[in-house]
Amino acid sequence: MCLAVPGQVVNIGDDALRTGTISFGGMTKHVSLALVPEVRVGDYVIVHVGFAISTVDEDAALRAIELFKAMAARDRRDTVSAATASEETS
Amino acid sequence: MKYVDEYRDRSAAEAVANEIRRLVTRPWTIMEVCGGQTHAIVRFGLDALLPEKLTLVHGPGCPVCVTPVGLIDQAVALASWPQVVFCTFGDMLRVPGSRRSLFDAKAAGGDVRLVYSPLDALALAQSHPDREIVCFAVGFETTAPAFAMAVKEAARLRLSNFSLLVAHVLVPPAMEAILSAPGNRVQGFLAAGHVCTVMGYTEYEPLAARHRIPIVVTGFEPLDILEGVLMLVRQLEGGRAVVENQYVRSVRRQGNEAATALLAEVFEPSPRAWRGIGEIPASGLRLKPAYAAYDAALKFRRELAQTAGRAEEDPECRSGLVLQGLLKPTECPAFGVRCTPEHPLGAPMVSGEGACAAYYRYRKPVMRDASRSIGDRM
Repeated sequence: MCLAVPGQVVNIGDDALRTGTISFGGMTKHVSLALVPEVRVGDYVIVHVGFAISTVDEDAALRAIELFKAMAARDRRDTVSAATASEETS
Repeated sequence: MKYVDEYRDRSAAEAVANEIRRLVTRPWTIMEVCGGQTHAIVRFGLDALLPEKLTLVHGPGCPVCVTPVGLIDQAVALASWPQVVFCTFGDMLRVPGSRRSLFDAKAAGGDVRLVYSPLDALALAQSHPDREIVCFAVGFETTAPAFAMAVKEAARLRLSNFSLLVAHVLVPPAMEAILSAPGNRVQGFLAAGHVCTVMGYTEYEPLAARHRIPIVVTGFEPLDILEGVLMLVRQLEGGRAVVENQYVRSVRRQGNEAATALLAEVFEPSPRAWRGIGEIPASGLRLKPAYAAYDAALKFRRELAQTAGRAEEDPECRSGLVLQGLLKPTECPAFGVRCTPEHPLGAPMVSGEGACAAYYRYRKPVMRDASRSIGDRM
């Protein structure tokens, strides 16, 4: 029920509901942008039942992705060094 | 898709899970509140990546599942009248009422229409001025602003043939009820990311302080959920109990102020019965007196009087225990035998976010094919 998906704002209308076009990886849909007054064309928004409910903080999103990549790299290094250590002791 | 695929990376998920494993020294029980998170956990097999000491229990966060039988009966009654076009999200269609579901009403000739957005129902009200358009307003704080906006639009357009059967529920009172219940075993919460996108998380801070329980606002992709668990484990092991935000890309502390202002203008809190759980004070929403003309329960109160007081649950359904995290769906004797998505005894088996539906959909193949590991789903 609370399913909401990120999409990119293609255009913003000037009707009462600020209906805009949102692209979800190429598929487009008309969505009300009335609840995200700060949004601009090109921004990513989180869409739920025909309404954008937030603007994606892209800096925060990218920081999280970088953090996950770093964790994966560190985890790989730890796994390799643990394996090397066990080979040396065996 | 951007901002989805990046959060499903398998090697990163394993790294986060390994970090959790390193940190956990004692058994902990964590509840994810939202049904969307339950589905992600079961679908991607995230619970299998976690250490055995960590128990995930599924919460009441499926608004379809907690809509009381009496309201389903009202919906079925409204949908059966020839002058009414009854609009609903697809999840509600097969939810059993005392005797019939909306699907049964539709099969018997009722004009039941599935809508994606409350705005679709509003468009029907404009194009069918001779019919009464009633829309089933189901959902948590995430969904309520969309219905509030539809009501405001109906007022602006002076539509007199549009109304809502309001079934909105609020998350924090349900968390309070779970924590206050005798036998509660939840020690940490993953709070629902999209509810908090709308509401922010200040209302969870007194809850965390009063019950000394850590709460992490969490997103819906596998890495979001695993990072949410990691943040909870850090708090639990460190003896802290505060509200933290994992889902930073969507959730701000104050929430979406345009949406909360709209909610405060159109709705007010009201007592609400939760299916299988019982009444929780101030856990629902109703339309404010200024918008009473759009309240289907008032507008059709004479017609609905005949459905009052007859609501009956199926006695075999254990969904109340499932919704409180006290019973796993697969521990219910009726699961997959007398209760299936085609012939459900209760709502959690049919809702897109119901815990029973998640286990039926994603865990049945594992039961049949034990050679396939659950972690293979990432």
